[in-house]
Amino acid sequence: MRRLAGLAALALLLLAGCAKPARNDLYVLLPGADGKTGALSVDSDGKQAVLDQPYAAARVKAPGQVEPGVVSEQEARQVFGAALAAQPGRPTSFILYFLEARDELTPDSRQLLRQVVDEIGRRPAPEIVVIGHTDRVGPVPYNDTLSLRRAERVRDELVKVGIPADRIRVEGRGEREPLVPTPDEVPEPRNRRVEISVR
Amino acid sequence: MARLIVGLAAAVMMTATIPVSLPAQEAGHVKVARGVVEIERAGQKAPAAIGAAVQAGDVVTTGADGSVGITFLDNSLLSAGPNSVLAIDRFAFDSTTHQGGFESSLRKGTLAVVSGKLAKQSPEAMKVKTPAAVLGVRGTEFLVRTGDPKD
Repeated sequence: MRRLAGLAALALLLLAGCAKPARNDLYVLLPGADGKTGALSVDSDGKQAVLDQPYAAARVKAPGQVEPGVVSEQEARQVFGAALAAQPGRPTSFILYFLEARDELTPDSRQLLRQVVDEIGRRPAPEIVVIGHTDRVGPVPYNDTLSLRRAERVRDELVKVGIPADRIRVEGRGEREPLVPTPDEVPEPRNRRVEISVR
Repeated sequence: MARLIVGLAAAVMMTATIPVSLPAQEAGHVKVARGVVEIERAGQKAPAAIGAAVQAGDVVTTGADGSVGITFLDNSLLSAGPNSVLAIDRFAFDSTTHQGGFESSLRKGTLAVVSGKLAKQSPEAMKVKTPAAVLGVRGTEFLVRTGDPKD
């Protein structure tokens, strides 16, 4: 009988020795591209870890077993190299300015438009959003129309150099979203603009 | 009772409407595709090329030599390494208010994430799940590996 118990204990020991972790989950927080590091909460079966430092990590070997730690940048690059290499280009944006009450770009912004075209050309399957704005001179409905006209004007310029129109979305926000807040009817060149988002 | 009426209405609509091709509910687009990359939608698997639309409900898979990068409408970037299975469970984004929700599940493999406007607007808006954990995203870049060690 005692021998049986001994055997059972041995069997258990062997089982425990052989028991591989059920999972090899690894979660890693990266420093943000803008220099700021965010935070990530890892929740597994009621156990939680909060990662809030660059390269802070949590390993989960089974649900409910959360082991906080740190990985080196090198280890992160090694484990996640292919996923990181497949990261799409970061979305970017440009602001172009317009002459007062017109859908005509300022000379400087006309120059900048070339950079926008180059940036779009570098991206696979580019998507472009053009949002027009105005300053607060004139009635709201007038500015709604003007802002949309400005956005459409930029779209037309992009289409002219060969960017497909169906990749470009245009919107007019009128005088609602000034870059520089002003009282009504105050001319402000910095608010006569379109914002172009490229991704 | 309300549920019954809704159910009936749905049943009537399903039998009465002629199928129309609605514009796809796009969540994002494939920007990078290397090796074998497929999107499973409504039970159908198809190769995903650069420019392909990704919708809520899609499951994106990569082969042993595959990797994929997707840019979402809120500027979130998700990219997966080889032998990965990534499900887009829910995606809603209001481009004016930046409100909505984004939930995805990495069933296996590796994933790199850069969160976008949704997570910036609300720390509750973006979640990434794995079979063992739920990740809450507070405006951040992070990496996820999940799987059975035998894989």
